[in-house]
Amino acid sequence: MASEAPSEAHGAEDGGLVFHPMDQFIVKPLFGDSEIGVFTITNVTLWMGLAILAVIGIMVLGTRKRAIVPGRGQSIAELAYGFIYKMVEDVAGKDGVKYFPYIMTLFMFIVCANFLGLLPMAFTTTSHIAVTAILAMAVFLTVTILGFALHGFGFLKLFWISAAPLPLRPILALIEVISYFVRPVSHSIRLAGNMMAGHAVIKVFAAFAAVTVISPFSIVAITAIYALETLVSFIQAYVFAILTCVYLKDALHPHH
Amino acid sequence: MATNTTEATSHAADAAQVVEESAGMPQLDFSSWGNQIFWLVVTLVVIYLVLSRVALPRIAAVLADRQGTITNDIATAEELKKKAGEAEEAYNKALADARAEAQRIVAETKAEMAEELAEATRHADVQISAKAAESEKAISEIRAGALEAVKTVAADTAAEIVAALGSKADADVVNAAVETELKG
Amino acid sequence: MEEALVTGLAYAGAGLACTGMGGAAIGVGHVVGNYLSGALRNPSAAAGQTATMFIGIAFAEALGIFSFLVALLLMFAV
Repeated sequence: MASEAPSEAHGAEDGGLVFHPMDQFIVKPLFGDSEIGVFTITNVTLWMGLAILAVIGIMVLGTRKRAIVPGRGQSIAELAYGFIYKMVEDVAGKDGVKYFPYIMTLFMFIVCANFLGLLPMAFTTTSHIAVTAILAMAVFLTVTILGFALHGFGFLKLFWISAAPLPLRPILALIEVISYFVRPVSHSIRLAGNMMAGHAVIKVFAAFAAVTVISPFSIVAITAIYALETLVSFIQAYVFAILTCVYLKDALHPHH
Repeated sequence: MATNTTEATSHAADAAQVVEESAGMPQLDFSSWGNQIFWLVVTLVVIYLVLSRVALPRIAAVLADRQGTITNDIATAEELKKKAGEAEEAYNKALADARAEAQRIVAETKAEMAEELAEATRHADVQISAKAAESEKAISEIRAGALEAVKTVAADTAAEIVAALGSKADADVVNAAVETELKG
Repeated sequence: MEEALVTGLAYAGAGLACTGMGGAAIGVGHVVGNYLSGALRNPSAAAGQTATMFIGIAFAEALGIFSFLVALLLMFAV
């Protein structure tokens, strides 16, 4: 339904902007112009498939030689491995290492999708709240179920801060419960919002480039924002992974 | 948003509003959520399988291998270092031995030379003292001879003087007087 | 007429919502600045706290992102 025809009409009608900054996020079928069903092959499929290929390229093809002295590709894979492994160990503790492949999956998918989304004409899968909400809900549900499975109702001690004075505890517990349930919201919207905002800003500046007077400024701004976005792409993936580790630590050790 | 959309659609005249809605926030277009969620789950499962079955065990193995190699190399290096230390110790010991030997030889030679010197000195001393004794003997002989001669000359002179003074001098008396004088 | 007024007010609201991003910027600057001043006083403890700093940045930034989201919703979805 949200295919090219109306958006072009919008751009033409608006006059100021040549194209709409939000057009890049439209999900559209790759073949034909049919309705989007659950199994339709869309640009989401394409860019997620490319993310899978990127992960395989980095983690599997790069380490093909199993060299003792690593080459360039293998160094990248080992760097990613060591980086996330150390993070899991430091933040979630020794018993969090079991869940390392899970966190590695999240991190590698997000980092690859973010960087692929920076390519011109690309579609950024992680800019969609649908995607990040599922990622965040998966983390939230896993952590909650894990907490109850490991500690039973002892997991609820997470909300009962025994270090605080007794009269304050119910209030704090209320705040803790609210903040606990806001976690998946902020977790998902942070990632989607960052990605969406950066790409939209790039597109806004790109639209300004059509105006001759400010086009040099606009192109410099695109370059600068692009550099910032490269940093943000990585940092948001890192932040997503590290917050997952923090939540995991709460599930493993709920006592404050 | 949904109600707004239907409202806007009902205002068929306001076509721009419909456009705005559809082009607005693709993220809030819930009709595509099912599709995205399906493909996301497929992607995550594929990545998880690839990572947990192939990539992560392989990298872990490579890292463990490298750790093993490094440990081995360090052990070998340690061994070699120990050997080098031993060799150096042996060398130092040999050096010290050689030095001691040299010192001993020097000391021996010195002692020998000192002995020889002492021998030669003693020999020379003996010769010198023999010569000195000989010379002394000769000197004392000469002195005795000279004393005797003085005595004789003195006695003779005294006898002559006494004779010249006109009296006869007894030779024994004169001799005794000379003796006394010479002693005095 | 009423339509135009609503749109105009929505855009004004979007602009106002964006002031929240300034607060997030101040917050992030605060976090990093304090981290740096602490790290320069005691560089040996700095490496262990980098992760904590990023978590703090993420929390501070999330609120700015919320205000940005409100702005986007006002502009495109209301």
